[in-house]
Amino acid sequence: MKPARFAYHDPDHLAEALALLARLENARVLAGGQSLMPMLAMRVAMPDHLIDLNRIPGLDGIVVAEGSLRIGAMARQRRIEDSPAIRAACPLMTEALGLVGHIQTRNRGTIGGSLCHLDPSAELVTVAAALDATIEVASATGTRDIGIADFPLGLMTPSLAAEEMVVGLRIPLWPAGHGACFTEFARRHGDYAIVSAAALLLPDAQGRIARVSLTLGGVSAGPLRLAAAEAMLLGEAPSPALFRAAASCCAGIDAMEDPQAPAWYRRRLATVLVRRALEQAWARTEGVAA
Amino acid sequence: MSESRHIALHVNGERREAETPVRQHLADFLRGTLGLTGTHLGCEHGVCGACTVLVDGRAVRACLMLAVQAAGRAVTTIEGLAAADGTLHPLQQAFCDHHGLQCGFCTPGILATLVEYLAENPDPGAEDLRIALSGNICRCTGYDSIVAAALAAARALRGEAA
Amino acid sequence: MTAGRLVGRDVARVEDAALIRGRGRFVDDIAPPGALHAAFLRSPHAHARILRVDTAAARALPGVQAVLLADDLRPHLTDMRLVVALPSPSYRLELHRPILAAAEVAHVGEALAVVIADSRALAEDALALIEVDYDPLPAIADCDAALLPDAPLAHSGADSNLVAQMTVAYGDVDAAFAAAPHRFAETLHIHRGGSHSMECRGVVALHDATEDRLTVWSSTQTPHAAKRLLCDLLDMDESRLRVVTPDVGGGFGPKLVFYPEEVVVPLAARLLGRPVKWIEDRAEHFVATTQERDQSWRVEIATDAAGRILGLRGDLVHDHGAWTARGVNVPQGAVAAMPLAYMVPAFRMTIRAAVTNKVPVTPVRGAGQPQGVFAMERLLDRAAQGLGLDRAEIRRRNLVPADRMPYATPLKTRGGIAVTLDSGDYPRCQQMALDAIDWAGFPARQQAARLAGRHLGIGLANYVEGTGRGPFEQVSVRVEPSGRIVVASGAAAMGQSTATMLAQIVAEQLGADVADIRVITGDTAATPLGIGGSNSRQAVLAGSSAHVAALKVREKALAIAGTMLEVATEDLEIEAGAVRVKGAPGLCVTLAAIARAAAGQPGFMLPGGRGPGLAATEEVVIDAMTYANGTAAVEVAVDVETGGVTILRLVFAHDCGRALHPRIVDGQLMGGIAHGIGNALYEHMRFDEQAQPISTTLADYLLVTATEMPPVEILHLHSPTPLNPLGIKGVGEAGVIPIPAAVAAAVEDALAPFGARIRRVPLSPVDVVALVDPAAAGPR
Repeated sequence: MKPARFAYHDPDHLAEALALLARLENARVLAGGQSLMPMLAMRVAMPDHLIDLNRIPGLDGIVVAEGSLRIGAMARQRRIEDSPAIRAACPLMTEALGLVGHIQTRNRGTIGGSLCHLDPSAELVTVAAALDATIEVASATGTRDIGIADFPLGLMTPSLAAEEMVVGLRIPLWPAGHGACFTEFARRHGDYAIVSAAALLLPDAQGRIARVSLTLGGVSAGPLRLAAAEAMLLGEAPSPALFRAAASCCAGIDAMEDPQAPAWYRRRLATVLVRRALEQAWARTEGVAA
Repeated sequence: MSESRHIALHVNGERREAETPVRQHLADFLRGTLGLTGTHLGCEHGVCGACTVLVDGRAVRACLMLAVQAAGRAVTTIEGLAAADGTLHPLQQAFCDHHGLQCGFCTPGILATLVEYLAENPDPGAEDLRIALSGNICRCTGYDSIVAAALAAARALRGEAA
Repeated sequence: MTAGRLVGRDVARVEDAALIRGRGRFVDDIAPPGALHAAFLRSPHAHARILRVDTAAARALPGVQAVLLADDLRPHLTDMRLVVALPSPSYRLELHRPILAAAEVAHVGEALAVVIADSRALAEDALALIEVDYDPLPAIADCDAALLPDAPLAHSGADSNLVAQMTVAYGDVDAAFAAAPHRFAETLHIHRGGSHSMECRGVVALHDATEDRLTVWSSTQTPHAAKRLLCDLLDMDESRLRVVTPDVGGGFGPKLVFYPEEVVVPLAARLLGRPVKWIEDRAEHFVATTQERDQSWRVEIATDAAGRILGLRGDLVHDHGAWTARGVNVPQGAVAAMPLAYMVPAFRMTIRAAVTNKVPVTPVRGAGQPQGVFAMERLLDRAAQGLGLDRAEIRRRNLVPADRMPYATPLKTRGGIAVTLDSGDYPRCQQMALDAIDWAGFPARQQAARLAGRHLGIGLANYVEGTGRGPFEQVSVRVEPSGRIVVASGAAAMGQSTATMLAQIVAEQLGADVADIRVITGDTAATPLGIGGSNSRQAVLAGSSAHVAALKVREKALAIAGTMLEVATEDLEIEAGAVRVKGAPGLCVTLAAIARAAAGQPGFMLPGGRGPGLAATEEVVIDAMTYANGTAAVEVAVDVETGGVTILRLVFAHDCGRALHPRIVDGQLMGGIAHGIGNALYEHMRFDEQAQPISTTLADYLLVTATEMPPVEILHLHSPTPLNPLGIKGVGEAGVIPIPAAVAAAVEDALAPFGARIRRVPLSPVDVVALVDPAAAGPR
């Protein structure tokens, strides 16, 4: 299990990396390497050129300001997990990161790498969708933003041109008092989830649901926002019956199938996890009398 | 772009320089090029944790990092854990005392993981330790003795009687 | 059980000093100067004819030293097949596997070429350049389907897929069933997976052309068998060939088999005149290292109204894989384990082994016994349900009681040796487990949990395990003139503390510390004869030989010292490296001095009237196996919405006779228990219908990690066996054996409100939800 030959480039400026990416045929970008390195070892990925981003300064910033969170693509998962600012402003992200792989992989793995690898069950992709993230993309010719909903093109395929790379993501923060929950069912601790669910709820002054986000991971190529369930919840007073009814929307989703889990099981798991995520998220809201 | 590079790094406190093929991962570099065979390879696809080493104090999978990426970094392997006079690191001593190893193949990676974890969490609970260890597979012990050893090492590192 | 000065105590392991510092020497750590690296080309097809192989481009790659096909090896080998099958009259097909496939490949992963290059990466580059034209043939993946009349043939030259058939029977089974008031039948599907030692396999070979000597380091549990086969295949004298088992990073069964790579690599080293190394990677391990796999059991139990067993019968279909890499010992072991704990007056099981286009099947820790125990324990649970008996009570009524020991069964081992349960108190062992898990109080716990919407379940399983398979293991104990004590054994260490075990036993007799003993295991140059590691046998066989050899050395040392000190031997004792006069410790002679005296001087008589040398070599022969036993009791919580199973508690009460090193015994059991939990809930080696492997990474094949292990309580009973001088029974496999049965029983109990019947393991969350709500799952 040794990688095939490749030429190795480790630029120390972003512009240089982007120029290489524009110029070189069959090039891959190396971020944290926690997904790409096994693919190289198995010769599933056989790039002629590897462009290592690890020496480029400034790609790993974490900024929480003005209702918005920006995370550089090369920010290590472990740093994000340990960031007190993110824990306070975006607890969904922190909770999900505790379930991403293991300490050793989070020490190297980056948020940009996870987004671009785009595993259907990847926690961070689901979180990005739940938070309506915007992906910042750069190439030698300029930059552009991609809404997370448009980011997955197909199974494990982001909508990036060959000369483009992700440089960061922006997340609009939810107001203080919101409740969030990320929950998943995985076979073992640290495994990719079979299905994951992310819920965010914001109560209004009357204790009704003023804002809601519900997202599933692991059921389709990209994260699945549950618009119908969100609509059912919006403006309503929460109750176990309401959450159960909203969760039952999952019974009709078009879930994928693999050797580990058939579609019917994923649908069932989705229903259970959405209900549990809603209950937990609501319990975590603040400023509402119980 | 040449297929190999000359790199310099610190390994177990010593400056080392060597040529490495760019496609060689850090574990093969440590084992093959530097002869530090205490770091083991169990899967080479980032799941088993046997190859875990410390890079700048952080536990990482040495099969998921290219050797060239370690240039300029400080790497600590199992060979660098004991004191210069040969005295075992408290984790090493605790693993011997508690039968925390059987075949010993996964042990170096487990110790690397625990060195970082106990530095950040000096007084962990057994359940926290199990989560911290979940990225290291051991096929021999069933883990109980490893958790017991880690708890004992944590006590020793805190200066308490084991 | 009384402990000795060292035996029976938790002494420091002699293995740890090197391993804990990263100074172990595993096969991949052996790097002879100038070594080349091998990589094998493996079939991507489950079944195909090989039409053409073109190696020209691979040979032309710079850094490639050789590309070898079967035809290139043929002139240098006495046989192109590995003839390794254990004897059995049951074979219907002769399926010796080829060293390299030449005409047809029969499973994904079968090797057909080897590249030898300057580095492993280069060798893998060259593999990609070898062109092979395959003509894919129909493949058979399922063992039951393989025995249907029109099934595709796994080997195009065979006339069926039935590789072996046999019946194990005693008593008048049909009459027992005809007369029985109650019968209960089940159809069970039991899957076991791979061993997945953390170290894969590996071979390093060094050929000395000057003397035509070959040294082979292999991560094998059986170096002596490897040497015999290599001598035969390479047509070399035994004196020119040495096989060494270095430190082994776990074995668990598959490393006892002799593999094609173990002959190809040494031959390549001899042909190329350079050392050659091959280290199996994990991707290869999934398709080239033997595994266990599927068994289908159709079984029936007959009982009287009180639940006493009147008879057992049924048939077993066993997935043999593509070749006979060991034999039919796995299904044989499975059937033999089935009735062993209980008084079963009449028994008949028919075994049919089916060849499939999958990796060959050979023993993995437990070697069929977990499957046999699963079948028996599921039937007893079924009978208890049918008769309205408590599941523990029906077992108590049938367990072989202590006052019937030794209990002669009508069964025979694979070698024709009578199966006689030698010692133990099975009912008491079960009771210990029941008391510890509060079996009696469980219904109240379960009821309270159900009211709170939680589903708890409890289950138990008994096992009796044949351990210490004979006939012998050679051990030599030698005191060198320096005073150093060297113990060499045919036993092969793979992580089970074999060196500590031998050191403890020898040091006990020679007044030494464990750390003073140098132990050499698994080196054919140090020990001419050996069997190796399997069947939970090494402490029993090698331990016994070590004990007897150490006693002989002790006796000789005392006799020589008596002459040297002019004291009667009864007045002497051995302590701290010297023989001393009791009560006058200043009067002494060191073991070194005794060894030097025993080495002899030209023209002088040897002291003590004994032969030369302070050494003894023993091969204690023990044919009969000694039977260990135990009970596992498991309490689970099942999340009926997700199918998640959480083991809340696991109690393991067992009896391995005298424990040489209690902490090591616990360690062996815990490792086995973890493996058993994997077999019950996690580990599944999946193949598709075309026999393509699907679980090919450690992200797909789920080994238990620290977070999946439940709280475990181990309880001990010590019934020494009379069959060996130390009173010990094997413990290496015990932990795994009852776990799948006990976990299945507990989950079934938790799902009783849903009428669930568990008939297969491993049990995935998908399976659990399908049991809770069969309609949701649809037709399966």
